[in-house]
Amino acid sequence: MVDIRLPESLRGVEPVRSVRTPAQLDYEFTAGDATSRFLKGITEKRIIGQRATPTSRVYVPPRGADPELGAATPIEVEVAQTGTVTSFCVVNLAFYGSVMEIPYTSALILLDGADLSVMHLIQEIPADQVRIGMRVEAVWRDDADIEPTLESIKYFRPNGEPDDPNVRIPGEGHGTGLGSWVGGVAPTEAIIRNPRTGEGGEVR
Amino acid sequence: MTDDSTDQDEILSAPLIIEYPFQRTTGPVIGAFLTGLRERVLVGSRAEDGRVIVPPAEFDPVSGNDLTELVEVGPAGEVQTWAWVTAPHDKHPLDHPFAWAQIRPDGADTAMLGAVDAGTIEAMSTGLRVEPVWADERVGHIDDITRWVPVASGEGA
Repeated sequence: MVDIRLPESLRGVEPVRSVRTPAQLDYEFTAGDATSRFLKGITEKRIIGQRATPTSRVYVPPRGADPELGAATPIEVEVAQTGTVTSFCVVNLAFYGSVMEIPYTSALILLDGADLSVMHLIQEIPADQVRIGMRVEAVWRDDADIEPTLESIKYFRPNGEPDDPNVRIPGEGHGTGLGSWVGGVAPTEAIIRNPRTGEGGEVR
Repeated sequence: MTDDSTDQDEILSAPLIIEYPFQRTTGPVIGAFLTGLRERVLVGSRAEDGRVIVPPAEFDPVSGNDLTELVEVGPAGEVQTWAWVTAPHDKHPLDHPFAWAQIRPDGADTAMLGAVDAGTIEAMSTGLRVEPVWADERVGHIDDITRWVPVASGEGA
């Protein structure tokens, strides 16, 4: 470290070595129609996704649009409360704001009937035994504590079924966090409609 | 199918507060500036061409060499440019109209940002002499200067 020459007035006083500079952003989050309906489903302990057509992808949680087709998703679909771990992360470090006891496991879970993974906790299994392809089920809070939040699902736990070996990017031998691609086909320009020109897009 | 006649009152909303609780190390130069605030002293660094830069720069703006000589400036200074805030928001340092100003402390060759509590826009002017008001409890943070106020005429020259 370089030698700093201080003015007389600061010699011999305890130097400041660090400073707190928190950044806080205050929002009012408006869920919108699709997510509001999803969260109302949660209050009935149902997990509801949406899709654009009877055969296109089911998005859970829904955002009201299919980004691949550039189309609204007016069809509601209830999906299963069981699913497959598509990716996970074992958290070994406590961090500011965390209320979890470490280590814990956060995972992307592809619910049966959905085409997009949700992120949630995996519990009732040691962190080092969680694996891609593991089958899990939702564990809800007590009925009295159910609220319109995904936290009404306390966590997911292994449901005892054999692992799903098919959770992977098509053509690659390992798992990913991307969930499944419809029909094992990657999104390409051929199947994505350009929302500006309206060209392309194959409604399946 | 969703119902097209969705009741808009049914749309959910909730407060969402995101906080990044940064704490960072200061290094010896910025650390000295913050130490100075705690001790009610303003500190700048002397560049190779002799100019005094405040808040202190760690490196010479021309050569990039380390700057190691810290000198006391001000604390009174002169408003170089300013903008009047008619409607302060929650995160502003004052809850009534004030001026954000670039203030060049006496003995410095650069200006630093400060909130000038001038009372009215008519009381603000380029060249106005101001002095810092120090917080009662200082911790080594820029907020140790709660605001700047005009120097009563005849003082602070």
